[in-house]
Amino acid sequence: MSRVDVRKTYKLYVGGAFPRSESGRTFEVTDSSGVFLANAARASRKDARDAVVAARKAFAGWATRTPYNRGQIMYRIAEVAEGRRDQLTDEVASAEGLSRSAAGKVVDAAVDRWVWYAGWADKFAQVAGNANAVSAPYFNLSSPEPTGIVAIAAPQDSSLLGLTSVLAPVIVTGNTVVLVTSASRPLPAVTLSEVLATSDLPGGVVNILTGDVAEIGPWLASHLDVNAIDLTGVSDHALATDLEIAAADNVKRVLRPEPEDFTAAPGLRRMSTFTETKTVWHPIGL
Amino acid sequence: MSVFEYAPAPESRSIVDIASSYGLFIDGDFVDGTSGTSFKTINPATEEVLSEVSEADAADVDRAVAAARRAHDKVWSTMAGAERAKYLFRIARIIAERAREFAVLESLDNGKPIRESRDVDVPLVAQWFFYYAGWADKLDHVGLGVRPRPLGVAGQVIPWNFPLMMLAWKVAPALAAGNTVVLKPAETTPLTALLFAEVCQQADLPAGVVNIVTGAGATGQALVEHPGIDKVAFTGSTAVGKAIARSVAGTNKQVTLELGGKAANIVFDDAPIDQAVEGIVNGIFFNQGHVCCAGSRLLVQENVAEELLVRLKARMSTLRVGDPLDKNTDVGAINSREQLNRITDLTAAGDAEGAERWSPECVLPDNGFWFKPTIFTGVTQAHRIAREEIFGPVLSVLTFRTPDEAVAKANNTPYGLSAGVWTEKGSRILAIAGQLRAGVVWANTFNKFDPASPFGGYKESGHGREGGKQGLAAYLQAQEGDR
Repeated sequence: MSRVDVRKTYKLYVGGAFPRSESGRTFEVTDSSGVFLANAARASRKDARDAVVAARKAFAGWATRTPYNRGQIMYRIAEVAEGRRDQLTDEVASAEGLSRSAAGKVVDAAVDRWVWYAGWADKFAQVAGNANAVSAPYFNLSSPEPTGIVAIAAPQDSSLLGLTSVLAPVIVTGNTVVLVTSASRPLPAVTLSEVLATSDLPGGVVNILTGDVAEIGPWLASHLDVNAIDLTGVSDHALATDLEIAAADNVKRVLRPEPEDFTAAPGLRRMSTFTETKTVWHPIGL
Repeated sequence: MSVFEYAPAPESRSIVDIASSYGLFIDGDFVDGTSGTSFKTINPATEEVLSEVSEADAADVDRAVAAARRAHDKVWSTMAGAERAKYLFRIARIIAERAREFAVLESLDNGKPIRESRDVDVPLVAQWFFYYAGWADKLDHVGLGVRPRPLGVAGQVIPWNFPLMMLAWKVAPALAAGNTVVLKPAETTPLTALLFAEVCQQADLPAGVVNIVTGAGATGQALVEHPGIDKVAFTGSTAVGKAIARSVAGTNKQVTLELGGKAANIVFDDAPIDQAVEGIVNGIFFNQGHVCCAGSRLLVQENVAEELLVRLKARMSTLRVGDPLDKNTDVGAINSREQLNRITDLTAAGDAEGAERWSPECVLPDNGFWFKPTIFTGVTQAHRIAREEIFGPVLSVLTFRTPDEAVAKANNTPYGLSAGVWTEKGSRILAIAGQLRAGVVWANTFNKFDPASPFGGYKESGHGREGGKQGLAAYLQAQEGDR
């Protein structure tokens, strides 16, 4: 007699814990052909606000970790994700309708991307920052600093590689994140949250909400304690425009959605967009 | 004891030749506005009308954008960077040659002391063009990969506090990167921008590369919302900045915003007090406090507050307020009646909310717009004068006991443009500078500017940087594949 499998009802990832949605709501996640996979929590606006609180609480600690330490933690994320390769491959295959070997390549690329960004932790300031040769006797140095809390609408289609490609560049520089997953393909993100929770990443640095960005997005876009918003996963132009308008309430930095090939080597744009240049002056003299 | 009195030392205004009226500068020529309406620009120190200036309407903006587009596509973006550089070097040289003319005109139209327009604004303007001129043929090295492309046509809206300097901050990097521009100066200070248009002609800058449309908010709105522009660069109030951010939502326009501020100037008990006092005075009374990065909140460590305030008041008593063209003047005229009313209203709120006002005795001229250098003590973080940008010569004084308290109070604002820290302890400077959420931190100095030094805010003080390679990158896009 075959064993009855344990079906899962996944939860959110907020402040390092895995709460259910305060709304009690769930939704059914199916594979690309409509077969039931699992239940996932359907995050509410209250969950989004709780996630912002968790992200704010985590910000100062994460931003002031040494870059070496942030890099090590990001590398550890790659290690733990590599250990979950089979699970992630199954989930990417069923979510994106890929063959197992094609899905495996996606997982490999995603893990490699964590490794790539891990290496940036202690180098981005050297590339983006600089000494400024001012025409008076002053020490003058510009350095990139994290923008703060970044709300991310993760790509709807690329459920793991796209997810990684929008998340890793934001946290590597010291930001904290509230991320809304792909609505129909959330399971790789759920598994990634389990990876993050076991990778020494401090709780609250990444908060992952499964649900509908059209429902949660407006609350994040207008939230006055969110400093920036990445609209990559908002495919509806009218919604993206509304969210950008709401984001102006506190002059959020906005990354607009545009078609993106996540298999291509990334540049610095995503790290640059969510950092601020700070310039410090001091007189030189005896 | 008697002191030597200052004799008047007025700078001659004979060097400037202000026309009775000005048109718009579109496609290399001064042209009449479509609607035929105009507005007066006055000398805020005397309320004398200086000139009548055309008010650009949407049709004029449309003409200017079309001219900029033609110039971009056919001439400027395709010109070798080394050639663009030479035009910008020419402009830098011409501004230096005509420096006194620009300085006098700026002080007449804006009300700022000639000492500042002569020694700060205009030299920085020439330097800004010189700095970015040198970048025009080195774009491969700005950090966006090889052959980064200009964005296209930039719509630029600038404020009245540093009219020519804000023009330079906007125009120089845009042109160096291969963009063309349509610039709208502030309605109270259009004259140096129109003189700059003459400089463009003098430099034989190709027609349409720089277009200047004068007018008020409606003109700026028409420019920002014009579908033919690719980039919006705005310096001004946070309220207008937010409106611009909303208006470009859903478009492909790139935006940089340089908005308001409420900077903390933090003085620790080991700071060199006399230097700190100079820095405080420079931080808030420079340019009548019409400075978005002004050090408008003094946070002084409690145990030295009393002594520092005595010395600050003594120093303020030596400030000379009056004729902007007098070379001895430290504090000039408030730029407009509207701004004077705003300062008056906010300081009245300071009185009403229980803060204590102090100003040195000084005689203000009968005509024009004036406000005495003013400090408020006993200010709490909840007071409007501690939260809202006054944009005038008004300092709010708060105290703190510990470094953590100083940082918490400094960051307790929606703004994040600049900050100051005064202490002899190097490690403390770096620790505090690291914790301040502000784009520019001046340590043991204040209000220093340089074209090589990026300037711009955190949070609601805007986004993007002006100055340095960051300021150039804001006018460029990487090639596909380098993003």
